Amino acid sequence: MSDNLHFKDHFTERRLFRNRMLVALVGVIAMAGVLVARLYNLQVVNYDSYRTQSDENRIQVRPVPPTRGLIYDRYGALLADNRPSYTLSLVRERINDLNATLELLAELVRLEDSDVNKFNKRLPQRRPFEPVPLRFRLSEEEIARIGVNEFRLPGVSVEAGLVRYYPHKELLAHSVGYVGRINAREQKDFNEEDIRRYSGTQSIGKVGLERAYEKLLLGEVGFENVETNARGRVLRVLERQDPKPGAELVLHLDVDLQQAVLDALGDQRGAVVAIDVQTGGVLAFVSQPAFDPNLFVTGISFDNYRALRDSPDKPLFNRALQGQYPPGSTIKPMLALGGLAAGVIDANTTIRDPGYYRLPNDRHKYRDWKAHGNQVDVLQALIESCDVYFYDMAHRWGIDGMHDIASRFGLGTKTGIDLPVERPGLYPSREWKRGARGLPWFPGDNLNVVLGQGDVLATPLQLAVMTATIANRGKHYKPQIVKSINGSEQPAELLHQVEVKKEHWDLVFEGMEGVVNHPRGTGKKAGAELDFKVAGKSGTAQLVSIAQGAKYDSKALHERHRDNALFVAFAPVDNPQIAVAVLVENGEGGGRVAAPVAREVFAEWMSRPRENSVDTTETELRADVDG
Amino acid sequence: MANRDYAGQGESGSLRRPASLSRRWHIDMPLLLLLLLLSAVGLGILYSASGGELAHARRQAVFIGVAFVVMVAAAQLSLEAYQRWSLWFYFGGCCLLVAVLFFGDGAKGAQRWLQLGNFRFQPSEVLKLVVPIAVATYLCRRSLPPSFAVILGALAIIALPVALIVRQPDLGTAILIAASGMFALYLAGLSWKWLGGALLGLMVAIWPIWNWGLRDYQRQRILTLFNPDADRLGSGWNIFQSKAAIGSGGLQGKGYMQGTQSQLDFLPESDTDFIVAVLAEEWGLWGVLLLLLLYLLIIARGIYISFTARQLFGCLLAGSITLTFFVYVFVNIGMVTGILPVVGVPLPLVSRGGTAVVTLMAGFGILMAIATESRRTHF
Repeated sequence: MSDNLHFKDHFTERRLFRNRMLVALVGVIAMAGVLVARLYNLQVVNYDSYRTQSDENRIQVRPVPPTRGLIYDRYGALLADNRPSYTLSLVRERINDLNATLELLAELVRLEDSDVNKFNKRLPQRRPFEPVPLRFRLSEEEIARIGVNEFRLPGVSVEAGLVRYYPHKELLAHSVGYVGRINAREQKDFNEEDIRRYSGTQSIGKVGLERAYEKLLLGEVGFENVETNARGRVLRVLERQDPKPGAELVLHLDVDLQQAVLDALGDQRGAVVAIDVQTGGVLAFVSQPAFDPNLFVTGISFDNYRALRDSPDKPLFNRALQGQYPPGSTIKPMLALGGLAAGVIDANTTIRDPGYYRLPNDRHKYRDWKAHGNQVDVLQALIESCDVYFYDMAHRWGIDGMHDIASRFGLGTKTGIDLPVERPGLYPSREWKRGARGLPWFPGDNLNVVLGQGDVLATPLQLAVMTATIANRGKHYKPQIVKSINGSEQPAELLHQVEVKKEHWDLVFEGMEGVVNHPRGTGKKAGAELDFKVAGKSGTAQLVSIAQGAKYDSKALHERHRDNALFVAFAPVDNPQIAVAVLVENGEGGGRVAAPVAREVFAEWMSRPRENSVDTTETELRADVDG
Repeated sequence: MANRDYAGQGESGSLRRPASLSRRWHIDMPLLLLLLLLSAVGLGILYSASGGELAHARRQAVFIGVAFVVMVAAAQLSLEAYQRWSLWFYFGGCCLLVAVLFFGDGAKGAQRWLQLGNFRFQPSEVLKLVVPIAVATYLCRRSLPPSFAVILGALAIIALPVALIVRQPDLGTAILIAASGMFALYLAGLSWKWLGGALLGLMVAIWPIWNWGLRDYQRQRILTLFNPDADRLGSGWNIFQSKAAIGSGGLQGKGYMQGTQSQLDFLPESDTDFIVAVLAEEWGLWGVLLLLLLYLLIIARGIYISFTARQLFGCLLAGSITLTFFVYVFVNIGMVTGILPVVGVPLPLVSRGGTAVVTLMAGFGILMAIATESRRTHF
């Protein structure tokens, strides 16, 4: 009985179990079907898209940065070099705990707060998966330590790269300039093409030639397809398109001449520009004090930058290019030429100079620096820098003619030199005064602008161009720093020809020659003990106005309020080769302080063996005249 | 008893020697061969998944060897013994789980391991066998289909260890263990009304569970399932990479040891939970289908054993072990292919890991014990 009951139960239970198991079996088959369907969907239906995904994972297109073009001086001295440098970079996307990684790195390499701060600033600017540099210029030992700990540092890499180096340091800071890291503002201005071109490059020309010739110096980026693992380690290169290096620049600049200028200036603040008269090529371009451009290349530290920025000597300020100074008497030869050409004066015009000048019906005395006598002609006026002669000329001539001739010599407009952010200076006109001041032109204004004072402003570069144009008898060349690009000579660019009669040129040349060579000349130091003849003109420009009847007293004035010393000159007189403009801030005496600097430039330059470049300039000139 | 002795003698007398050897050791030959084949395939995949380093595969081979020994040992016990000892197994297992909560070793914020000298193991693995044994023992002593009180009793047996494992926390294992117990209950004839009700209750419970029952990372995993591209470099990384690996394998695969996703380390956990992606990438759809076929053959053999078991205990236990085995496979492949949330379930006999293999093989040992039992009674 009990057995029977048990058997019956057993039978029901078994049937129940089998039913359940069969349902489960159907479930198993259905679920297995789901898996197969899913796999089919992934591996067959969407195969192409996943194949692409996995290739994109492992194959990365990496830009290969081009080598930046090198820059040489005219004799082949290297001015801007690329040096190998090892950079510690982090790929944020591959790092889970950034702070832990940074802590670990701080144990392995020298890591300063400023490095980390700048890294944190760069971090949000990066493109996805772009390595962001943390430390530059790793030492061999640091590289080794990172190598050993590589496995603890996913996303960390040491990248070999080339970093710009300026072997001459301060010497060419204001002409060659420097590159620096691409900042957020520059990146924002990039168009599609720029983004591609800079994809492997982290620096960009910021200042000077480095900026002006950025497009040429950069070169053309190359690319390579590399296979990487998940940690970003490159395993092999699949395909490569080589980059094209940037253009090689040879400059008109002469490092030794540049150095000679610096030596002559000593620790005085100022600017010197020397121009090859025949071509407009800039032979020396000095703004003192300067700075070491290498500081900027991989990012200047804030302390260093603050020191440069806050220095009262303004070392970052490019005086030669952007410093707008009253040119003082240095513009007298040019104005004399204009006066002669316009017929306002001639070789025989004389005036009486009692030491001051009075306009008709005006009691105001316009001072001369001394009384030059009763029979002052244009020659004496130039040699002795007689102000009254020019007061008289200006009064009779008027502003329109003076403005016209000044414009022809390039004052008041940018010279067009191949350097960025040039300042135009100013030579006033009636229109300018009405617009800027809302005032009509007064007769007294003529007397200010004829002495290169008042509102007249010019950069040392403009004065050098003006002087070169005089030396060239009116051929106004555009100043150029770059002589050749990738070996192809850059043609001299004649902007225009100032038409003045030969006898007038001769007269002004004679006057300028007298400035240096006449016993009463104001710039005799410019030609001392040279075996060729120098022609020049001194200038001393007031920075603060002196009250009527008072005397200029150097000692009573603050050092930085003392007059600027200027000197413009060219040499040799009979076959002008080189024109120079010298400005010494607060130097007081153009002839005393600035002229000796010009002399050193001539002495250094004329000791060079002459090049055979005259032929080419001749043909270009002819072509220009024909056109 | 006499009957059984007689059957044993008849058996050894009537069959050829190898068969008699396997019979003497209570070995089910088809199952053994399938398991050996699967283990060999698994080791091959693991060797590739660990980047061609022999060390991992060699270590796993040792584990598998141990596991086979454990399997043979488990096959020697009679079903009476399993039933007799089930209570002790159960309490012992629960004690271990409590011990984990107090002395356990942690990894990634979860305490799952017990350290005994040099030996480290995961007590929750043991429960994967203990729970179905306990539930099957409990149910087969009562008349079936189970009454309300019996169902509650069975649920209580399941709930205690599951709750302890959830505390570790190890949601994946907890769900699998709950499933293994529930399978026994289901196979015992739990009425469809109850099953439907439970399913309904679960759906109602989703909202409170989501809000209060889950930890942030668990919620994140489920969200990732529905939108894997939302956070590719964060929580979606694993699934994104595993789908890319599987999909890029296509029909034919990229070739053994040639998978770019796995060999270049884009695929995370490639030698543990995500190992099937390595197979899919290197051997293509055909490779995965063959593996799936192997699993289904093992499951079919398990179901056959459960059908032929003489006692209800054997039916329930064999059915539960087999179905749970399938759930491992389904959950693992489902999660790697991105149709289930990422829970830590290894691919049986393929993923690297010691305790899991030993537990699995012990389960197959029990299956063999059940098979042995049924063979004896048929003669």
